Amino acid sequence: MSVTYLDAIRSAQEKALASDPTVFIYGQDVGKFGGAFKATKNLAQRFPGRVIDSPISEDAMVGMAVGAAMEGMRPIVEMQFADFSTVGLNQMLNHAATTYWRTGRPCPMVLRLPSGGTPGSGPFHSQSMEAIYSHYPGIVVMTPATVEDAYTMLLEAVEMPDPVVFCEHKLLYYHLKSDHLPTSAVPAFRAQVVRAGRDVTCVTYSAMVHEAVAAAKELVEEGYEVEVVDLRTVKPLDTDTILASVARTGRLLAVGESWPWGGASAEVVARVASEGFELLDAPPKRLNAKDTPIPYHPNLWAAHRPTAVRIAAALREVLRY
Amino acid sequence: MAIRAAAAAVRSIQEGTDARMVRLGRAMVRARLLEDKLGSLYRAGRIVGGVYLGRGQEALSGAGGVALRKGDIFAPLIRDMAGRLAFGEPMEDALRAYLGSRLGPMKGRDGNIHRGDLSRGILPMISHLGAMVSTLAGVLMAKRMKGEKGKVGLTCAGDGATSTGSFHEGLNLAAVERLPLVVVVADNGYAYSTPNERQFACADLVDRARGYGVQGHSVDGTDPWACVEVLQGAVDRARGGEGPQLVVGKLLRLCGHGEHDDGLYVDSKIQRSERGRDCVQVMESEMKKRGSGKEWESWRAEAQAEVEAAVIKVSAEPVPDPFEEDWSATKSGSEAEESGSS
Repeated sequence: MSVTYLDAIRSAQEKALASDPTVFIYGQDVGKFGGAFKATKNLAQRFPGRVIDSPISEDAMVGMAVGAAMEGMRPIVEMQFADFSTVGLNQMLNHAATTYWRTGRPCPMVLRLPSGGTPGSGPFHSQSMEAIYSHYPGIVVMTPATVEDAYTMLLEAVEMPDPVVFCEHKLLYYHLKSDHLPTSAVPAFRAQVVRAGRDVTCVTYSAMVHEAVAAAKELVEEGYEVEVVDLRTVKPLDTDTILASVARTGRLLAVGESWPWGGASAEVVARVASEGFELLDAPPKRLNAKDTPIPYHPNLWAAHRPTAVRIAAALREVLRY
Repeated sequence: MAIRAAAAAVRSIQEGTDARMVRLGRAMVRARLLEDKLGSLYRAGRIVGGVYLGRGQEALSGAGGVALRKGDIFAPLIRDMAGRLAFGEPMEDALRAYLGSRLGPMKGRDGNIHRGDLSRGILPMISHLGAMVSTLAGVLMAKRMKGEKGKVGLTCAGDGATSTGSFHEGLNLAAVERLPLVVVVADNGYAYSTPNERQFACADLVDRARGYGVQGHSVDGTDPWACVEVLQGAVDRARGGEGPQLVVGKLLRLCGHGEHDDGLYVDSKIQRSERGRDCVQVMESEMKKRGSGKEWESWRAEAQAEVEAAVIKVSAEPVPDPFEEDWSATKSGSEAEESGSS
């Protein structure tokens, strides 16, 4: 049997619905239709009244989830594309994220964001939103890179007493496969060394983990061993695992698919520079997408985002400093 | 679909002072005197931040609180002291929020009108207008999924809030789900300083009910009897399964947007019109006309004593201590964040 990243997300939701009567799913076309990407296929039929079609009202969808969470439910809200969640930002950032702090009452809800670029998707169906959500206090932001994490982290997200933004990468939906669903899980807030190496640390997350691993393989031929750290959850950030890796390698490249101004890769570099300065043998470096809207044409798109080739080039710069 | 209830004012004002009117009258007097005191405390420099009063809106707001039952959910906005008191929020909690008492429901983490107590069924508003409509809809959806029947949610908005996308999205969602939700719009003619004609182009906000597929009701917000009749009717219809209800009350705020604002932009013609009547004075003079003047004066004396006692009590309560604060915005992430040391 083979399980895709998308199957894992669907299966995790099925398990959550089956095991917890307070879980429900709300989103555009998620009901009988099964969702734009089929992440909720057959769930409405199996769980009547608990997989609910919403109007095209991202603000009200999130606001509704905040109210339901206050009332003891555990809503999962599916945004059709991460990009459209900007319409619901107010409810997520100012309402969901402040509820626990202001009232002492938890606000357990999951906002699922089909994220990231795919060829031909263009400026409004390609965005990675983790930087914006991470900037605000009160929200957990997960960015799973593997089939296993997509499954176990989504289940953990549903059980968490806080609002969780679950950034699932669309490029991984169909292509990333595993033999079976995992039976054990790395804790959600722990980053993981997915490839060990002694010469340089490459910290990244989501689809960029696979590009980084490909770059690391490319550099083997040149005699370099690259350690790849998958953040898994970008907020809270597992600084300990990052610093431990930099302590081994003395060099750092932080990679993100999102834009270069601020964000997760900037936070990684800032923390290593301020808390691990003496560990470094070279200036820490960042690699992100270009600072323009995300292009439509594959030729432009491929040059806009970090790829294995660009990551390998950036790693060489850090290694040869 | 709009049910016009303008005639209700004339009819109801001739009826006797029933139990609901007693509850409303007391809430109105308590709100007025408490807010007078808040204004004094503000001018005396005892309140940090703004003070936002509901002067002139006590009848409409209070009637919402009166129409609800225990177990219902109330999501007030900034001019709903009367509604809060009528629904059961203790006077002390209002003062705790304004004076920053650690013993209040917000513990000094949030203040003034951004207070609520989920254990009492009062949602703490955020400042972004219209946001509470969908949130209250979510509470009601959850209650329906849990099988809790017969509960109503009531939220308040102003004429300005009706221009937001949140208001539209929330009311539309509630209509689609046919939720037992009452949205009360206090149309006081001005959103801060912006008059109605710069806010919306329809003849009357209640006309929008038809577009949403919900029932709409108009009421003279300066007439306490009409407010109780219309609000009770709307709450009963929502409870009876008739879906969301939009109530639009016309009135005037008899103060600035906040106590920092003199409100000089309000047209004096409106101030002199029926819309500019003070609902508290309307109730007082009507009760005196009916021979209930003594009752009114006793409510007033009781409320005055309650305000004084509450101020003394809350003034002596501890304020928040930054060294005792745990500074964690998430429940689950606090340990992991600490290890991240920022």
